[in-house]
Amino acid sequence: MGDGGIDIRLQQSGPIPLDAALECAPGEVLALVGPSGSGKTTILRAIAGLLRVAQGAIRCGGVTWFDAQQGVYLDARHRRVGYVFQNYALFPHLSALHNVMEAMLELPADERERRARDVLARVRLAGLEDRVPAMLSGGQQQRVAVARALAREPEVMLLDEPFSAVDRATRQRLYRELAELRRELAMPVILVTHDLDEAQMLSDRLCVLHQGRTLQSGEPLAVMTRPETVEVAQLVGLRNVFRAGVVAHDAARGVTTIEWRRHRLEARLQTQFPAGAQVTWVIPQGHIVLHRRDRPSRGERENPVFGNVIELLPLGENVVLSVAINGPDRPPLFLTVPAHTARRNSIAQDVEIGVSLLSEGIHLMPVDDARTPGKRG
Amino acid sequence: MDWSALSLSLKLAAWTVLILLPLGIWVGHFLAANRFRGRAWVEALLALPLVLPPTVLGYYLLVAMGGASPLGQMYETVFGRPLVFSFEGLLVASVIFNIPFAIQPMQRGFEAIAPEVRDAAACCGLSRWRTLWRIELPLAWPGILSAMVLTFAHTLGEFGVVLMVGGSIPGETKTVAIAIYDRVQAFDTAGAGIMSAALLLISLVAIGFAYFTTARSRTQRHG
Repeated sequence: MGDGGIDIRLQQSGPIPLDAALECAPGEVLALVGPSGSGKTTILRAIAGLLRVAQGAIRCGGVTWFDAQQGVYLDARHRRVGYVFQNYALFPHLSALHNVMEAMLELPADERERRARDVLARVRLAGLEDRVPAMLSGGQQQRVAVARALAREPEVMLLDEPFSAVDRATRQRLYRELAELRRELAMPVILVTHDLDEAQMLSDRLCVLHQGRTLQSGEPLAVMTRPETVEVAQLVGLRNVFRAGVVAHDAARGVTTIEWRRHRLEARLQTQFPAGAQVTWVIPQGHIVLHRRDRPSRGERENPVFGNVIELLPLGENVVLSVAINGPDRPPLFLTVPAHTARRNSIAQDVEIGVSLLSEGIHLMPVDDARTPGKRG
Repeated sequence: MDWSALSLSLKLAAWTVLILLPLGIWVGHFLAANRFRGRAWVEALLALPLVLPPTVLGYYLLVAMGGASPLGQMYETVFGRPLVFSFEGLLVASVIFNIPFAIQPMQRGFEAIAPEVRDAAACCGLSRWRTLWRIELPLAWPGILSAMVLTFAHTLGEFGVVLMVGGSIPGETKTVAIAIYDRVQAFDTAGAGIMSAALLLISLVAIGFAYFTTARSRTQRHG
């Protein structure tokens, strides 16, 4: 990691098990994603110096904040960290202005107030400086928390589920504001969230975390459509996880052929799995195309499979269809279609439909028997 | 009206509060912020004066501070007079039997502060002193104030321990609570009545002031 970035290695067996390796470059937003209890907040606390981990090292901007082997440990007061807590943790008895000023004690007193007003104006809170947190809305409180974190002139920003305590409309607005703000931020930003959409929208890189272990890092779309393991696939919400056998590779056409339930499917070329090997494969929702029932479409040529709809689950404006491919006793294929599409195509229970599994979206992974539903595929 | 008894009681209460304020803040803050082995025992020990009969507590204090005890002997060597049956001895007893009234509300006050607020203070770079002064003390203020008022009012009203340790020396250890008892014993119900009313009024004003201030600081904080 070059100058200005942060490099984190954390290991411990208890009380909260951790095995995490993260890095984040200046100006980059890294989203830490995982289910509740996966250790996201624990990692943030360790970075901030609020929690001492048994093994590992944290280096930020070329300075060692923590190194278990060398016995180096700077506490939170001596690390320049901008921490936005989940519930903001504002000082409830102090005005917005004084909340921000408390993070600027290194500045001379007369400059402090002027700078604090500047920072508050930057997060669009001009005019509300004298209000105590209880007199501010959730979104405004979040901005005070962001302003206080920025006021510290941090070398890393840590955001712990910063959008979980506000209503949906406010959240959408705050997303836009954060997206604007982050362009101005020159430091690494680590965002903790359990919301994959949020992570995808706001981050440059995403790191999937489970039970304290960092499983996979990469560009959000890549992690979410090309997970390295079945565990990651499940954590990023991919539901179509099946077993198959590799038939052949065709480098010229860029195609790997697999056999799944008597279907020959063409996938993107993935030569790391030799012909004859058993694999697990996944396909993201966006790569499953429903055939129109009234007339054939071009998509039908690409990996067409057919089956009966065994369940329709309305989910807001969408409908989740479970389709039995090659028999009802096997794990179904899930696909999400807009409700109007389902209506227009007269899709109902027990109706046979056809879908195309776009080869670009078919992603192969090593077999993981413990996690793959229906070992027979 | 026994003015000297009343002023002695007020003096004793004020000194007790003055001594227990920093002590209570320190111990209350420590107990609220730290988890350690034997914490429950420490808390139980500090709460003991609540359940112990005042005469029992007074008896042990008398023994501990008497001329035969190391503490009593040391005091007598240094100051040339006995600790028991003196104002200083009374003050020591008063501080000890007020420990739970001072520490418990302060501890609750510090415990009511969300842990993230302390974390946020650390992340802002605030020193421990600054965190205590700017963040924790103002937030724990209702607890600290009620501890002070409880201690003050309780000192005014304490009888058993005061009688055991201080005796009833006018101007030195005869507090207003003891003076009231003396008046009743002497069939001077009018005198006892006036002093009781004065004590009632002082206690009412103190408690009322505490509730008023606490309610006001709460309103300010929650808009």
